[in-house]
Amino acid sequence: MSTQTKSIISWVVTFIVMLIITTPGLWVILSGFRPLQEILAKPAIWIPQRLTLDNFRAIFGIGETQIAIPVLAYFRNSIIIATTSTAIAIIVGISGGYAFARYRFKFKDTLFLGLMLSRTVPGIALSLPVFIVWARLGWIDTQFGLILVYVALNVPFTIWLIDGFFRQIPKELAEAAEVDGCTRWQAFWKIEFPLAKSGIASAGIFAFLTSWNEFALASNLTRSTNSKTLPVGLTDFIAQFTTDWAGMCAMAFIIITPALILTFIVQKHLIAGLTFGGVKG
Amino acid sequence: MSVLTNIKRKMFSEQATPYVLLLPAVIMILIVVLFPLIFSLYTSFTGYKLTRPDTLFKIVGFRNYVRIFSDWDFWVAFFRTVGFLAVVINLEFLLGLGIALLINKVTWGQRTMRTIMMFPMMFSPILVGFQFKFIFNDNVGILNNALQALGITDAAIPWLVDGWLAMGAIAFAEIWMSTSIFAILLLAGLFAMPKDPLEAAQVDGCNAWQTFRHITLPFLMPFAYIAMTIRSLDVARAYDVVDTMTGGGPAGRTELLWTLIARTGYDSANMGMANAMAYVSIILSIAFTYYFFSKLVAARRYMGGAQ
Repeated sequence: MSTQTKSIISWVVTFIVMLIITTPGLWVILSGFRPLQEILAKPAIWIPQRLTLDNFRAIFGIGETQIAIPVLAYFRNSIIIATTSTAIAIIVGISGGYAFARYRFKFKDTLFLGLMLSRTVPGIALSLPVFIVWARLGWIDTQFGLILVYVALNVPFTIWLIDGFFRQIPKELAEAAEVDGCTRWQAFWKIEFPLAKSGIASAGIFAFLTSWNEFALASNLTRSTNSKTLPVGLTDFIAQFTTDWAGMCAMAFIIITPALILTFIVQKHLIAGLTFGGVKG
Repeated sequence: MSVLTNIKRKMFSEQATPYVLLLPAVIMILIVVLFPLIFSLYTSFTGYKLTRPDTLFKIVGFRNYVRIFSDWDFWVAFFRTVGFLAVVINLEFLLGLGIALLINKVTWGQRTMRTIMMFPMMFSPILVGFQFKFIFNDNVGILNNALQALGITDAAIPWLVDGWLAMGAIAFAEIWMSTSIFAILLLAGLFAMPKDPLEAAQVDGCNAWQTFRHITLPFLMPFAYIAMTIRSLDVARAYDVVDTMTGGGPAGRTELLWTLIARTGYDSANMGMANAMAYVSIILSIAFTYYFFSKLVAARRYMGGAQ
């Protein structure tokens, strides 16, 4: 085989792979902007005849056609729960990550392993006891209950990532600052924190995405508009008699957009974090 | 007063600092993970039913475990889950390796392609499930529409209604969702790879396959095991996908361990039994993670000095 045919083949294969990766998602997003009749049409209409925002109006309850699903409340819950749990997870993660990166102490490895193992517990398996305990404490169907769970879910990973970022900063920098008269706390805030800031930000986005996307726990710990999040709300559509594909696609678009934007912002850190955090252990 | 300052001094002494710093994290994990898990270990020895709170104190010993281990449905779901994971993770590795090698060769637009590859990682599992429920739908799905338009089939193929097809569709969704983790990490590995050994191998007369098999692949394996470790941390995400796509149906043909747990615990309100199953799934998860992590450690050691 000549080099030219080889390179043509690899181009074609690459193109097909990229097509398989992108088409399903784009098709769902596109369908969110199409009227339901067009989605249901037989034979299928391939090229959209009419793009509309009606589906979005309907799920947000603007205009005549309304859907009996309170998407606005779910959206609000998702925002509150994801941002609050991320903020707390980051603070806890900085404190814990710094401890692992900068100190030697007894049980260090055991503690680290324990934290990481807590992450392996499948969400659905964890949901059973949490459900029983939360029910006794009256935390079922509250934002607080879900926030608490998400913080614990995110802490191991944020610690792991932030630990990696702190380790990349030479110890000597903070030590030099201490020699110059800074307290350890000042050295941390003035030297190490600013250097690790971008890494911490990407850990935050990771945590946000986990909370924003989580389903197994949320679907069992929430009941009503008090605390139901968007992913749980999406299944409301399935429970109905006729599946409203257009509405669901519109809702899918709402769930995916913040995730899309945030991931693009951190993609460089994401790859660096995953690779170096893992290889250098 | 002196006691207080004493405690204060202890709190801020150099030895205590790391423990103080780690305290919030440990407390969080204790409240949300460890304490509930101990509690669920206890309930797995009771006949606890959600509908009858007094059954929480009815100790039944190992009866739940005996019952699930002699339960045919449980074993079917268990082996289906293990088989599913084995097939899916291996395919993800192979496809991810293929994609990484492909993109590494391509000289133009590498960055764009890497960005496109991240696309599935942004999707929550519930969205992936919904997306493929939509695509594989026998009536309105794009797949059947395409097959019919191309004249490949006249009848609608019941992708999510037939047991085997549904399992295939779920595996496809799962692979679509997670292959990019492998591809991205393996690509990072290829970028980090030193060129000298490759050139040396060429000088020594190795052909392309030999070079790949004995130099590239061993170098990439730590990266592959990182991907597998990350992946095994949340294998149970498949629950979200299965729950939306088929709900474990038709007739339990796509029931995985996790959907079985949810059904037993919430729908049948049989919490004691569900917690016993949950423990099996937790041990399974830990075993998967431990296996890949120890492989990662071994691969690092083999690489020598990558710490």
